[in-house]
Amino acid sequence: MPVRRVLADPLMWVGLLFAGLLLGMNEFRPVLRWAFPQTVPVIYDRASFPMLFLAHLALVATASAAAATVGVALAVFVTRPAGAPFRVTVGTLVAIGQTFPPVAVLAIAVPLIGFGARPTIIALFLYGLLPIVENGIAGLEGVPADVREAADGMGLSAVQRLFAVELPLAASVILAGIRISVTIAIGTAAIGSTVGALSLGTPIFDGLVADNLPFVIEGAVLVALFAIVTDMGFARLDRRLRRHAVAG
Amino acid sequence: MIELDHITKRYDGRAVVDDLSLSVAEGEFCILLGPSGCGKSTMLRIINRLVVADAGTVRIAGEETTALRPEILRRRIGYAIQSTGLFPHWTVADNVATVPRLLKWPPKRVAARVDELLELLRLEPRLYRNKYQHQLSGGEKQRVGVARALAADPELLLMDEPFGAVDPVTRDALQAELLRIHRATRKTIIFVTHDVDEALRLASSIAIMDKGRVVQHAAPLELLQRPATGFVADFVGRQGLGLKLLAVRRVAERARDDETAPGQPVPLEASLRDALSAMTERGTDRLPVADAAGRRVGVIALADLVR
Amino acid sequence: MTAFLTGAPGVLRGHPRSGVREPVLFTLLLTALTATVFLGFVSVAPNRLLSGRPVPLWVAAGTGYCGALAAIVGPLVPLCFAPPRQRWAVLTVGLAASWLVATLAALGAAAQALAAGAGPAARVSAGAAFWIMAGCSAFALADGLRRLRAGPVAAAAVALVLGGAIGALAARGTFATLSVVQEYSSRQALFAAALTRHIALVAGAVGLGLVIGLPLGLGASRRPRLQGPLFALLNLLQTVPSIALFGLLIWPLAALARAAPRLAAWGIGGIGPAPAVIALVLYALLPIVRNTVAGLSGVDPAVVDAARGVGLTRAQIFRRVELPLSLPILIAGLRIVIVQTIGLAVVAALIGAGGLGTFVFEGLGQDALDLVLLGALPAIALALAADLGLRAMAALLPQRADR
Repeated sequence: MPVRRVLADPLMWVGLLFAGLLLGMNEFRPVLRWAFPQTVPVIYDRASFPMLFLAHLALVATASAAAATVGVALAVFVTRPAGAPFRVTVGTLVAIGQTFPPVAVLAIAVPLIGFGARPTIIALFLYGLLPIVENGIAGLEGVPADVREAADGMGLSAVQRLFAVELPLAASVILAGIRISVTIAIGTAAIGSTVGALSLGTPIFDGLVADNLPFVIEGAVLVALFAIVTDMGFARLDRRLRRHAVAG
Repeated sequence: MIELDHITKRYDGRAVVDDLSLSVAEGEFCILLGPSGCGKSTMLRIINRLVVADAGTVRIAGEETTALRPEILRRRIGYAIQSTGLFPHWTVADNVATVPRLLKWPPKRVAARVDELLELLRLEPRLYRNKYQHQLSGGEKQRVGVARALAADPELLLMDEPFGAVDPVTRDALQAELLRIHRATRKTIIFVTHDVDEALRLASSIAIMDKGRVVQHAAPLELLQRPATGFVADFVGRQGLGLKLLAVRRVAERARDDETAPGQPVPLEASLRDALSAMTERGTDRLPVADAAGRRVGVIALADLVR
Repeated sequence: MTAFLTGAPGVLRGHPRSGVREPVLFTLLLTALTATVFLGFVSVAPNRLLSGRPVPLWVAAGTGYCGALAAIVGPLVPLCFAPPRQRWAVLTVGLAASWLVATLAALGAAAQALAAGAGPAARVSAGAAFWIMAGCSAFALADGLRRLRAGPVAAAAVALVLGGAIGALAARGTFATLSVVQEYSSRQALFAAALTRHIALVAGAVGLGLVIGLPLGLGASRRPRLQGPLFALLNLLQTVPSIALFGLLIWPLAALARAAPRLAAWGIGGIGPAPAVIALVLYALLPIVRNTVAGLSGVDPAVVDAARGVGLTRAQIFRRVELPLSLPILIAGLRIVIVQTIGLAVVAALIGAGGLGTFVFEGLGQDALDLVLLGALPAIALALAADLGLRAMAALLPQRADR
C-alpha cells in the first residue's frame, strides 16, 4: 500500500491508539492524579492491561470460533434436503433466542456451571450462535437458484457445490453474522468480569465496586476501543470479500 | 445416440412428462419445442438427472444414465441455461474451466482449452479471461455459458432456452454462432425453446411437445409440410410471424452463390416465402436460383430461409 | 439421503416418505425423554447456600403427574408418523400446549411434595430436565403452529391462553414452594419496584429515542447525503459495549451535576437512572433511525407522485401516504428497540439504575441462582412479550389499511 493510503487508514490509527493505551496507560498517571485528586491509585494495578486484553481476547476468540463453526454447520444442515424439516424450527429458535438479553443468558449460565471463564465462554458461545445461524441460513438461501442449478448441471458434487459455490457466495452475509456475534461477545465478556472471568471489563466492575472512577474510565475506554477496532477490522474484511463476489 | 424410453415424471400427482419416448441420432440438433408448461425443460433435466424420473429410462450411446453417479454423468454432458448461472465469484476463465478442473485436467491443458473456447465463442481471451460476470453484457454472459458447457468436449449438449433473455439482435448473432459451432463439431445438441422461428432456424429435427408428450418429431420441413395434429399445425401456424417475415424478404438476400442444384430455378427477386412454398411443394430443401436473365447464379436452402 | 448425496433439487419432493414424517416433533420428544431419564427434574438443597441434589421426575412428581404427562406425551409419538393433515397438526398443538402446562404443574407438585419432606430451610428449584422439557414442549407447540400456518396473531392468542392457564396455576399456589417463588415472596415490594423501574427505564429510553430518532430519520431520508456520516456515528455507538458506554458516561455526568446543582436536583448525576437512560437512548437511535429511513425510502416514488398529482400537500402526503405505508417497517424497528432496551437495561443495574438487573447482579454476588432467576426470567418474559405483541400488531396492520 502506498504511504498516503496507510496514513489515511482509520483502522490503523484506532488500532495504534488502542495498542498505545494498552501498553502506556501509565503515562496518563499525572493527568488522572490531577483530575481525581482524592482517588488512590489512579491506574488499575490488580492486573496489567495487556494481560486483561489477552484474557478478554481469549474468551471472545474461543467462544466466537466455536460459535462460527457450529453456527455455519447448523445453517448448512438446515439448508440441505436432509435438514429441511428443521429449517423453520431452527429459524424460530434463533429468533426467540435473540430476544433473550445476553446478560440474562450469562447470569443463568453461572450458577449452573460455576464461576469463572467457563460459564462466560459457554454463554458467549450459545448467544453468539444465534446471529451466525440466522445469517448463515439467509446467506445460503440467498445463493441464486440458477447458480445452484448450473453447479449441479456442471457435475459438482453436493460437497463441491457447497464449498466451491454456496459458501463463497454466502461468505459476506455469514461474515456479517459473525461480526454481530463478536461485537456482542466483546460486550458480554466485559460483563463476564462480574462472574469472575478476567477481561477488560474487570477494571470497570472493580472501579464501580470500589468507587474508583479512573478504573471505570480506563476499562470503559479500552473495552470500547477493543470493540471498535474489531468492528473496523470486520468492515475491512467484508470489503475485501465483496470485491468480486457480487452475487446475482 | 440418445434414447428416451417411456419417461414419466409427476409433480403432486400431475404428470409433467407423460410416458414420453424420443430418440435423437448422433450429431443431430434436436429442438424440444412447445408452449410453456409442456414439460420440455423437465424432460431436458431428466436427461442429466437434475430431475429424477418416476418411470422410464434414458440411454446415452446405449448406456443407461443410471449406471453412472449423477455428477460423473453431468460432467460428460454440457449444460447451458437461460439465466446462464455463471458463478459470480469466479472469473470468466474459472467459469469455463469448471468441468475440466472437476475432471482433473492438467492446468496447462485447462488454460489452453479455455482460450480455445473463448476464441470459438468470439470472446478475445486477453480481454475476457479475467473478467467477472457483472462486467459482461447479457450476450457475453451467454457466450461464456455456452463455452462453459462445451469445455470438457462433451458428447452431448443440453440447452434450456439459452437465448431467451437476450435482445433480438444478440440472439440472432448467438444463433448463428451456435449453428457454426454445431457444423464444426457435430455435437449432439438437445435444445429447449418455445420460439418457433428459433426452432426452424437451428434444428435438424424438432420434437413438438404438448402436455408432457411428444406430439410429432420430424425434420423442420416435414413438420411444416405434414403437421401430425391440429395442435402442431396450430402451434407452428399460430406464431405465423416467421412466415410473414419470409414473405417480405427476397431470395437474393440469402442465396449462396458458390453452389448449384438441379431442378426448376426460383428467381432472385422471389420472396423467401415463395421459395419455401416451392420447396414444400417439391419435397426438397434446396432450390437453384436464377437471375433476371435466367442464368443460374446459386442455390437457396431451407436453412437459409431461417438464418 | 439420496437427495443429500446427489444435491439434486426437488428429489425428495413429491415422493411419499416413509418413516418419521415430523422429524422436528420426533427430535423434541426424544430430547425430552433422554433429559427426563438422565437429568434431575428438580433440585433439592438443604438451604439457600448449599448446592442442590438432582431428583428425577418419577421420584419428584409422583405417579399421578407422571401418568398425566405420559397420557399427554404418549399420543404425540404416533403423531410423528402421521400423514401431514390439518387435524393432526391441531391435535399436536393441543397436546403440546397441555404438555407445557402439565410440566409446570408437575414442577409445582414436585416442589410441594419435596419441601414437605425436607427441612424448613430446604430449597426446591427447577432442574435441567424441567427446563429441557418445558423448552421441548414450547417448540413442539411452535412447530404445530407452523404446520397450521398460524401467524403471529394466532401465536399471541395461544400465548395468552397459556399465560392464563399458568396464571391460574400460580393463583392456586401451585408454585408457592418453588425456591424462585420463595425469593419473590420475601421481596414482593422490592420486586414490584424493580419491575416498575425496569419498565420505566425502557419506556423513558424508547420514548426519548423516538422523539430524537424519528425526526433524525425523517431528515436523513429527505437528505440522503446526511445518511453516511449519521449511520457511521450511530453504528459506532452501537458497537461500544453497554458496560463501557455506561462507564464512560459516569464522569461527564458527575462533572455536569457538580457544575450545575439544579441538574443534580433532577437526578442527573454520574450514577443512577439518568446515565442509564442516556446510554439506552444512544443505543435506541440506530434501529429507530435506520428503520425510519428504510421505511420512508421504501415508499414507491410513483405513489408519492400520484399523491402530489391529486393535490395533496407535503404534510398530507406524509401523514396519509408515507407514514401508513412505512408503518410496518417502523413497527419492526420499534420491536427491535424495545427488545434490545429491555436487555440492556439489565446491565444498567451496575451503575445503580435499579431495575431487574439488581436481582441478577445481587444474585451473582451471592451465588444464589434463584435470585438471578428472579431478575433474569421476568426480563426474558418482558422481552418475549414485547416481541410477540409487536409482531402481532404488525401482522394486524395490512388488514386495517385495506379497510
